[in-house]
Amino acid sequence: MILVRLFFEFFKAGLFAVGGGLATLPFLQEISQKTGWFTQNDLMDLIAISESTPGAIGVNAATYAGFHTYGVIGGIVATFGLVCPSVIVIILVSKVLERFKESDLVQHIFYGLRPASTGLIAAAGFSVVLATLVQVTELGENFVGAFNWFGIVLAVILYWAIKKFNKHPVLYILASAVIGIVAGYLHLFG
Amino acid sequence: MKELWDMFWTFARIGGLTFGGGYAMLPMLQREVVERQHWATEEELADYYAIGQCTPGVIAVNTATFVGYRQAGIVGGIFATMGVIFPSLVIITVIAAFLTNFADLKVIQYAFEGIRVCVCVLIFNAVQKLWKKSIIDQPTMAIFLLVFLVSAGLSVGQSFYPDLFSISPIVYVIIAGVTGVFLHGGNGKKEAGK
Repeated sequence: MILVRLFFEFFKAGLFAVGGGLATLPFLQEISQKTGWFTQNDLMDLIAISESTPGAIGVNAATYAGFHTYGVIGGIVATFGLVCPSVIVIILVSKVLERFKESDLVQHIFYGLRPASTGLIAAAGFSVVLATLVQVTELGENFVGAFNWFGIVLAVILYWAIKKFNKHPVLYILASAVIGIVAGYLHLFG
Repeated sequence: MKELWDMFWTFARIGGLTFGGGYAMLPMLQREVVERQHWATEEELADYYAIGQCTPGVIAVNTATFVGYRQAGIVGGIFATMGVIFPSLVIITVIAAFLTNFADLKVIQYAFEGIRVCVCVLIFNAVQKLWKKSIIDQPTMAIFLLVFLVSAGLSVGQSFYPDLFSISPIVYVIIAGVTGVFLHGGNGKKEAGK
């Protein structure tokens, strides 16, 4: 039964996530909240792993989330669920390719869709950033202690480094892993 | 049959050798699909890729289905898609299995403490890039702000009141699509080219 739900949940993500890359993130977050199959932290790990391995990010994320939920078969079922709508939609669109390309209606729909998709990704990002850097529920009691100060400083440095050097994300992820290990043994995390 | 296997392996190679998904995949597609296999011309590939971005789902998968379907029908589309997801299935399953077994190690936990911070920055960066492409005037700015504030507001609210309702991303997507038609449909040709 869980496999049927797994397929269905990722089918929905595949059908409504528009724009590639992190567009599946809001949907994964919804699945995590609704089903409890994986946690917010799993979601962060999943993004890091999807970005540092070859292949499309959405597909990697589906495989990882599915594996977390129901082992190897879970990974396969979730991934098939995600790509199924693509195959169906593309085959349909392919038949009307010329009309689709020039359709004003499609242009208009996407005029509204793109900023909404960006807004959803930004909101999902905002909540994972909050979860990583601030303990929101403790802000009232201990304002300074609620922040992960080490994480905030690291984030600022990483942002600067990404803007300055513009290298592949996997390099920053590896560097952060090493910094995390060193900081962990030195007990620098809040 | 041989053509179908060619299709599978070509797309498996593309999926296995591109880091970063959709946007990084175009140069690889050009080399394999246009120059080596002659399954599509440069222009056709550009069309497929553009439509892959304007249809739901993962861009790389959409493009693969397109090339496969055009070349060898529905079965071709399925083989190409299977090919492009095959490396992810294998690599991610191995990594996930490894991490599940070693998740209790202190060193792995510390590494991920650092990595999660990096993921925050990477998401921020990705949103910045999307922003430049999708927020082009005041109405798109308004749509972005509404979606962001409602969605982020609800999720912050949920950390205080776990029983607070939530809205599925699907609802935002559908409303935004309809809004786009109303807003943009009335503006006529002036902005339609954007």
